[in-house]
Amino acid sequence: MTHAPRQPALRRAPRRARRLSRLLLHGLLWSVAFLYLLPLVWMFATSLMPEERSTSASLSPLPALVDEQGRALSVLEPRYYSALAGQAADNYTQVMETPVADFRRYLRNSVIVAALSVTGMTISSAIAAYGFARIRWKGRDLLFTLVLATMMIPFTVVMAPQYLLFKQLDWIGTFRPLWAPAWFGGAFSIFLLRQFFLGIPRELDEAARIDGCGHLGIFCRIILPLSKPALTVVALLQFIWCWNEFVQPLIFLNHQDMYTAALGLQMFQSQHGGVPWTIVMAACVIVVLPIILVFLLAQRMLVEGIATQGLKE
Amino acid sequence: MSRFSAAARDQAAGLLWVSPWIIGFLAFMAVPAAMSVYYSFTDYALLEPPVWIGLDNYRAIASDKLFFLSLRNTLVYALGTVTLGTVLSLALALLLDLPLRWRGLVRAIVFLPTLVPIVAVSLGWMWIYNPNTGLINVTLRAVGVEHPPNWLGLPGLAMGSLIFMSLWMVGSAVVIYGAALRDVPVSLREAAAIDGAGPVSRFRNVTLPMISPAVLFNVIMSVIWSLQVFAIPYIMTKGGPNDSTLVYSMYVFRSAFEYGKMGYASALAWLQLLVTLGLTLGLLALARRFVYYRAA
Repeated sequence: MTHAPRQPALRRAPRRARRLSRLLLHGLLWSVAFLYLLPLVWMFATSLMPEERSTSASLSPLPALVDEQGRALSVLEPRYYSALAGQAADNYTQVMETPVADFRRYLRNSVIVAALSVTGMTISSAIAAYGFARIRWKGRDLLFTLVLATMMIPFTVVMAPQYLLFKQLDWIGTFRPLWAPAWFGGAFSIFLLRQFFLGIPRELDEAARIDGCGHLGIFCRIILPLSKPALTVVALLQFIWCWNEFVQPLIFLNHQDMYTAALGLQMFQSQHGGVPWTIVMAACVIVVLPIILVFLLAQRMLVEGIATQGLKE
Repeated sequence: MSRFSAAARDQAAGLLWVSPWIIGFLAFMAVPAAMSVYYSFTDYALLEPPVWIGLDNYRAIASDKLFFLSLRNTLVYALGTVTLGTVLSLALALLLDLPLRWRGLVRAIVFLPTLVPIVAVSLGWMWIYNPNTGLINVTLRAVGVEHPPNWLGLPGLAMGSLIFMSLWMVGSAVVIYGAALRDVPVSLREAAAIDGAGPVSRFRNVTLPMISPAVLFNVIMSVIWSLQVFAIPYIMTKGGPNDSTLVYSMYVFRSAFEYGKMGYASALAWLQLLVTLGLTLGLLALARRFVYYRAA
């Protein structure tokens, strides 16, 4: 994929060559979109298929279905789609009702952990970010560098001693190891919020100070109301991170009743190796769905939140 | 009120506001990390208290085949994902920087996989790589390849398959490069074009230097992430076949939680931090020569 000619070159080229290169670029663009969507589309398509599809090779994204009399249904018949919906409902019910994994419970567990973790992360990161953005004190910039440096520490370095710490506290097998650390802020959230707070004019602080506000007043009445977009991005990214997290639940939870959705999904596939791929993919879709919803609602905000990372240096 | 007391009050207020982070850092990072140094000099089997054994863990590591193997595997993974990922994400960012219709939608599509839970990603790709009914092999058979390989089941292929799959998750880098590219002044590119620079030369001499801070950031972040890789091989290959995808973090995890050797695992973990730190500092030193920072 060499990089394409830019505007000035396009302008010089004769019209036909220009049209051809635009066509090629659009072809490339849509091939990229196709390839990046394919794994998720394939996952979803598989989740709608009858079990035989797990062991029979086919490239068709739509399964071969038969009606009650065993006659093959054509994809042009409306009845094909009611049969497809029936098959899909069947697969998803199998996931939710399977005796080997309690997905309702896992999803509920994930919601509880995510709610606690998101609340804590947003509140405490905002507080810390205020300290880094709005108050002048000695050692502030050095400490902020340390905040950023913690992003580099591999989890494995603290994994064993954290486990021992939580064991001492009798927290192993509870949700606490998964959400309590979030109540002390996180490097990326603090960075993102500090960046945003720095953009809020200081004159507003001064005006509030004259009106008799202290730091708490400025924080609650000026900074927080003006930072809703940044707070939303932090909350959403934390939700996604928490929902997706696999290693920490794996280490800190020890009872199947407490599993989060991500961990439950992995156990569902690995411990009961006989689960057909159609059912595994249906379970994947269930776990991915909340993330897709968040993405559809807030795609632009998330992309912009990630993009600010590169401005760090 | 004197100036001094105002400054002192600010000092106290500042520390107070950032104190949640300081407490969390001490409790969940600094103290555990320091304890990890101590444990690395002990024999600690979890059920009994740690016993000081000096440098024995480090001596054992020096003759531990799995240590060298897992380190090598991780470095191969890091080299593969970082180089291929950087080239691909730059290429995608350049494509998405062109004034094409629908590029916003395509950018969102490329970014989406980075948000998908890693467990679902891994299971989805296990299904795609399935030797008999997976998407890749069925496609290969359809175009006439008679015996397509078992991508995750062959020692020579499994690591390459994991690296290939990581290219599906370069969306964050693409987004960060995209933001950097938007900041490159059009006037600079046009000036170069008027001077007769072709597209390749414009990219090398104008665009690339201008976005080099973003390149450095992405390279460092992906080095750090790829050196920590755990969940993907843990779920997809369990480190196999023949330990060909046994990565470093998985070896630390096994030592700690499967073999119950907390002391040994701590020593391994510290070496991992040193390797990560060494590579990062090396990259930063190298970057001094290549990265161009515009005056603020």
